[in-house]
Formats: sequence, C-alpha cells, structure tokens
Amino acid sequence: MGTEYVLEMEGIEKKFPGVKALDGAQLMLRKGTVHSLMGENGAGKSTLMKCLFGIYQEDAGSIKIEGTEIRFDNPKQALDHGVAMVHQELNQVLRRSVMENIWLGRFPKKMGFIDHEKMYEDTLEVFKDLNIEVDPKMLIGKLSVSQRQMVEIAKAVSYNAKILVLDEPTSSLTKQEVEHLFGIINRLRQRGVGMIYISHKMEEILQISDDVTVMRDGKWIATKQAKDLTTDEIIKLMVGRSLTNRFPPKTNEIGDVLLEVKGLTGKYMPTCMDVSFNLHKGEILGIAGLVGSKRTELLETLFGTAHKEKGEVILHGKPIKNRNAKEAIKNGFALLTEERRATGIIPLQSIIFNSVLANLSAYKKRGFLSDKKMEEDTTWVIDSMKVKTPSSKTHIKSLSGGNQQKVIIGRWLLTSPEVLLLDEPTRGIDVGAKYEIYQLIIDLANKGKGIVMVSSEMPELIGICDRILVMSNGKVAGILDMKKDYAGNAQEEIMRLAAKYI
Amino acid sequence: MGETKTRKWDKERINEFLLNYALYIILGIMIIVVICINPKFLSVSNFIKILTQASTRGILALGVAGMIVLAGTDLSAGRILGCCAAVSASLVQSVTYASRMYPGITEDLPLILPLLASITIGVIFCMINGFGVAKLKLHAFIVSLGTQLIAFGCTCIYIDSQEGGAQAISSFNEKFINFVNGSFPIGNFKLPYLICYFAIAAVVVWIIWNKTTLGKNMFAIGGNMEAAAVSGVNISRSIMGVYLVAGVLYGIAAFLEAGRIQSVNTGTGLNYDLDAISGCVIGGVSFAGGVGTIPGVIIGVIILQVINYSLNFLGVNPYLQYIIKGLIIILAVSIDVRKYIAKK
Repeated sequence: MGTEYVLEMEGIEKKFPGVKALDGAQLMLRKGTVHSLMGENGAGKSTLMKCLFGIYQEDAGSIKIEGTEIRFDNPKQALDHGVAMVHQELNQVLRRSVMENIWLGRFPKKMGFIDHEKMYEDTLEVFKDLNIEVDPKMLIGKLSVSQRQMVEIAKAVSYNAKILVLDEPTSSLTKQEVEHLFGIINRLRQRGVGMIYISHKMEEILQISDDVTVMRDGKWIATKQAKDLTTDEIIKLMVGRSLTNRFPPKTNEIGDVLLEVKGLTGKYMPTCMDVSFNLHKGEILGIAGLVGSKRTELLETLFGTAHKEKGEVILHGKPIKNRNAKEAIKNGFALLTEERRATGIIPLQSIIFNSVLANLSAYKKRGFLSDKKMEEDTTWVIDSMKVKTPSSKTHIKSLSGGNQQKVIIGRWLLTSPEVLLLDEPTRGIDVGAKYEIYQLIIDLANKGKGIVMVSSEMPELIGICDRILVMSNGKVAGILDMKKDYAGNAQEEIMRLAAKYI
Repeated sequence: MGETKTRKWDKERINEFLLNYALYIILGIMIIVVICINPKFLSVSNFIKILTQASTRGILALGVAGMIVLAGTDLSAGRILGCCAAVSASLVQSVTYASRMYPGITEDLPLILPLLASITIGVIFCMINGFGVAKLKLHAFIVSLGTQLIAFGCTCIYIDSQEGGAQAISSFNEKFINFVNGSFPIGNFKLPYLICYFAIAAVVVWIIWNKTTLGKNMFAIGGNMEAAAVSGVNISRSIMGVYLVAGVLYGIAAFLEAGRIQSVNTGTGLNYDLDAISGCVIGGVSFAGGVGTIPGVIIGVIILQVINYSLNFLGVNPYLQYIIKGLIIILAVSIDVRKYIAKK
C-alpha cells in the first residue's frame, strides 16, 4: 500500500443554474488503494468525478495527477492521461457489438483499416483475464443489465489506467457478481492502480476500501481509513444529523381498501409477473427492489402505458381496465415518472404549461383553453407545493430539480387522483428538498389518497412507507409491514427478499 | 409445455424472418406484381435500365445515408448536386460547340479536372453543413435547409453568367459521354459503366462504414453520442469526416449525372435529396440514428427506382404514380421499423 498520492483534488467548485453542486470538494487518492467516495444522492460525488474525467469543467480548484496539475477539456484527454471511468449510467451504443463498445475511441488498426480480428482477440483476452463469459460479437443491447455492467468494467480495465473510477458499479450485480468484481479490484490494487469507488452499499464499502471520503451538499466532510469506520459513523457523516430527522413525522391514517391488484402480469417479457397487493386509503406503499427488478414496469402496467397480459385491477370494488394513460387518468390514477428530465418536464415551457398539461380538458371554455383558469390552477400549484420560482411564466428548466419535481407532482394533483404512482420521486434532488417532498407525500396520504412509491433508497422507503413490497426479478418477493418492529434490520430483510428470485 | 414452447418459438422465428427480410420481400412482390400485369417486364434490359437509372441517385444516397446514421439528414444534396453538375458540365462541353461557356477552352480537358472541380464544390458545401452540425450545433435539417438555398443561388448565377444568358449547359464532348454512358460488352448484353461506378462507390463506402474508425465512430455518435464522448471519440472531427465523404460522393454523383442527362439547367438536382432520403429510409436507415447498412441503402434506392420505372412501364397515370409511390414508401418504412419498436 503506497503513501504517495496518484491523484489530488482540492477546493473544487462547480455551479449549475440554481444549484451549487460542488463547494470545496476534496479527494486524495493513494497509489494502489481503493478510495470510497460516499454521500447521499445529490451530494456531488458523480459531479466531482465528471470534473475529473473532463465531462464537466470545474469553476475553481486544482486537480493534480502524480503531482502535476492538469485540467481535462474532454474525456479523451482524461483517458490519454490514464484516467478511466465506469459510469453510473451505462453509456453504451446498444445497437453495436460488445467489442466495438469496448474499443470505441481507440480501435486497433492495420494499414489504416480496423483490425476486427485483433479487436476480437484483445476483447477475449480482457474477458479471460477478468473471468467474464460474454461473446464479444454479441449486440450489447441483447445482454442483461448485469452483463452490460461487467462489460463496462472490462472496458475501463482495458485502458490500463492509473486511476480507475467506479461509479456505482454494483447497482445491478448479484452477490456472486459483486464478489467477482471485488476479485478484479483486488488484482488491480496489487498492480498499483488507484481506484475511486462510489457506492451506497455500506457493507461493500467497508469490505473493499482502504480510505473513505464523505461528502455532503457538495462539500468535503471527512476522509478516514476504512478500518477505523463503522456503518453508523459513515451515515452520521453523510447525513450530518441523526437519521430520525431526515423524515417528517408520519401522521397519515390508513383507511379502507382502495385498490386491489391481483396477478398482474405484463405482456412483453421481461416485465412484472403475477403481482398482487392491496392499497388502502391514506396508505403509502413502498416498492423496493434491485435495478432491473421491474418496479417501473409494474407502475407502467398499472397505469396503462405498458401492455397488460393478465391480472385484475380493482378500484373501490369495481374492476377497471386502464388500457392507456388517458383511461387511467380518468379512473383517478397519476404516474410520476422516473426520468424527470426525459419523461416528466417539458424543459423549454413555462411552469403554467407544465402544470396544466395532464388536465387540459378542464380548462376548455367554448372549445378554447382559458388562460385565466390555467393561471389560477398554476398559482395553486406554486403556493401549495411551495415552488420557489420568480414567476409562473419561468421556463421549468431553470428551476432546481426539487422544484421541478414539485411542479410535476402539482400537475398530477390537478387531475384530482385517488391513486398516485410515484417512481423515484426524490431522485437527483438535494437533501433539503427531499424533506419537503416527503412532507408532501405524507400530506397527500393524510387527504386519503393511496400512494405507491418506487424508490432505490431504502432509508427513504423505511422512513415514510407504511408497508414495503419487495420485488425480485419481476415477482413479489414479500410485503413488509413497517408497523411491526423491524428495529433496524428492515434494510437487511429487504435486501434478502430482493435477491430471492435471482 | 415443451410442444407449445417450440410452436411459439417457430411463430416468433417466422415473424423475425419476415421482419428481417421485409425489404427484399417487398421488392420481390413488387416485381412479381408488375410481371403478372405485363410479362414483357421480365427482361434483362429492363433491369439494366433500372440499375443504370438508380446508379447516380444511389451514389448520392450513399452520402446522405451517413448523415441519417448520424441522426441528421441532408436537404441540400439535390441542389449541391445541381451546382456541381453545372460546373462539371461547363468544363466538358464539346470544343466545336459555338456557344460553349468557356470559348477559351479549345482542347478537351482531361476528365479528371471537371471531376475534381465537381468534388471540390461538393466538399465545400458539405463542409458548411458539417461545420453547422459539428461546431455550431445546429440540427442538420436547419443547416442543410440553408445550404440548399445557397447552392441553388450559386447554380443560377453560374448558369446565368453564360454569354448567351441562362440556357441549359449541353453539347458535351465524346470522351465524357462515353466515360459516363459507355458499357462493357459481355456476351450479348452490355453492362453500363454507370452500374460499375455505383458498385465501386458502394464497396468503398461499405469499407468506410465497416472497416474504418470513421465509420465506427459514425455509428457510435448516431447511436449514443454520450457513450461516444466518454469513450474519447472526437465528436466534431468525426462528424466533419462523415460530411467530407458525403461531399466527395455528391461531387462524383453530380459529374456522372451531368453526363447521364446530357444537359444541365437550374432545375437539375431538384428533389434528388428527397429521393435519396426516401431510398435510405426504405432501406432501413433509421432516422433515430445509429442504424443502417449499405446493402439496405442499395436495396432502398433500387426499390424506389423499380417503383418509378415499372409504373411508367405499365403506363400508369403520372398523377396516380405519385400517390402509389407515397403509399409504398410509408408501407415499406412502417414494416421496417417494426424491428426496432420496443414493446412494453
């Protein structure tokens, strides 16, 4: 284990419109070690890594590699200087082969032409070295998410980098695959590679890392040796306050059964299979599961944006169909989609436009839309959701993530829904705004709405849900009642169930 | 259980097969239908004619296809071709023709000169498009909409600058006519040079697409620009490269087209871009980017030409021809995109 630093990042600052993503971030990576970077979602870990990799340019601060000050304008320069990265989002060209994805940007050539044979051989060699069994000629889009993730790791390793960044590499890997990955990491550590490891999984962090740096709200909080840390200490550093204050008090009362779902199965596999549950008035039902456990598909099938093969959906004792979104909205459903940027907001339109979008028919006056009514409802959205905005005519794009999300929730509330389906409602939102969203969800439950909430953040589910349905590989692995005393082991129970059908 | 599974698999397989070869099946059906209506259609000379007519537009389509793979398009291809064709035509006019554009040329120029002139002009216009897309971050639709007008203006000014005023540029020298319209005698039929030029261009572009970094980068940028960027691909240089190749192809297509139609006026090239785009999309080049093959483009262009030729051959009312052509384009593409629609 070396003591010399292969990478020193100090005083890094980065501003985005409306939010200061990094404010004095710091990271010192020693040669031949694994350095975990921890923090809540939105703490700035990925942003910091993107600054290192040249995807973003930092506004202030210094980055040194092996003592030399550098500043990368683009990822190519970073790769040329021995910095490789496994990205959190799988950045792959789905319609091209595995080997083309691996050698993209540096294809082996023979007399000016691409040497496919060498590319194939080299890919096999890297795969063999890392014990990965994937055909290099397969279309990458045909692989499973975990295979794609292994390919992405193999690609980063194949750069023979001095510094390797792994941004949530295990999010969709099974336990065995994680062990496999750790084997690879240990081998690279012996070769003297400095690795930055980003993950939310505490056990993994403590198992694999040498050093741990904790960030909060874009700031550097602490750097300590992993052997001196415990899970509780890390959480305390990450959250900056004890866990109890992260969530508003649960005041909602559970009423009668509102919705019954029986044997719901999607049409086009892989999707949800044979899902049954009940939802009561005023209840918050969490849905947990690993990436790829088909939680989003479940919501889409319920909402009618994905096709249903079989199963019953019963609202107020009456069977309903929800064949498409329009019908679902009429039946009192609302779906807050996962990818706020991709499927939620219309970025270059005003808050008014974004608020009234799902409810346009209510504003018709003699066949035309009434500006006055729309303006009134938007004002209601802004006031009741506490949206921070200069005016209702502001482009939604220029609001912070949390405020955008509030507008979208407001959009759905205007349709007076009874069942709210929320898919990762707090993703990419900073800590303070999360609390407000939680409060909003509990308030809605208080008003007798039924809420189904998908989230990948277990503390969040445990913090505000009444029951948690755990999905595993498309099926229901179990439903946990949070009123029973799980005293801290709910998280383990969820993890156990999430791996049930893998 | 096992039995039903195999049966279902078979059904899926048949579906997959039908989808994968939809284009060829459509082409086959079209030809069979025409033959049923008029058996005389079945002759080598008809097919040679179709291929000859398809060849210049095919070369143009090979260039446009690259832009569509980049998730862009090119509305200016036709007008650029017109401009290049006007310049090449003016340089190959017969020296005995009294009202030729350059009376100073008293001896036939080597053909390489007009060809190079044509390619240079094609490249210049394509570089404008490429610069707009790669550096100014304009959508290809917008920038080529502008370039299209610029190219048309240039063509008009050039043709208008003749001493005799705006007249079609025609009366080309023997060498040029023969270079374009000649043919290899093979047995008792003749293989036109044009088809060979098209074949050579197709092979070269196939090599660029499949065997060079530029081609691979093109697919990566069209398929997932973010992925290409984080893999260290120089995005703007690759885009410019694709446009450069297109410029060269436009230049060649224009040079050959001038010889094929034997008279160039301001209307030359009009709507060729739309034909090229239609050919590409019929051939399975996705407008979403990142998908397309050279055999697909070739088949697409040929399907389009078969429609044109056979409708004329059958003597269908020309107005009705437009309607049929439009329907076939929509039908062919809607079948082809089935392959890629993600079901959920």
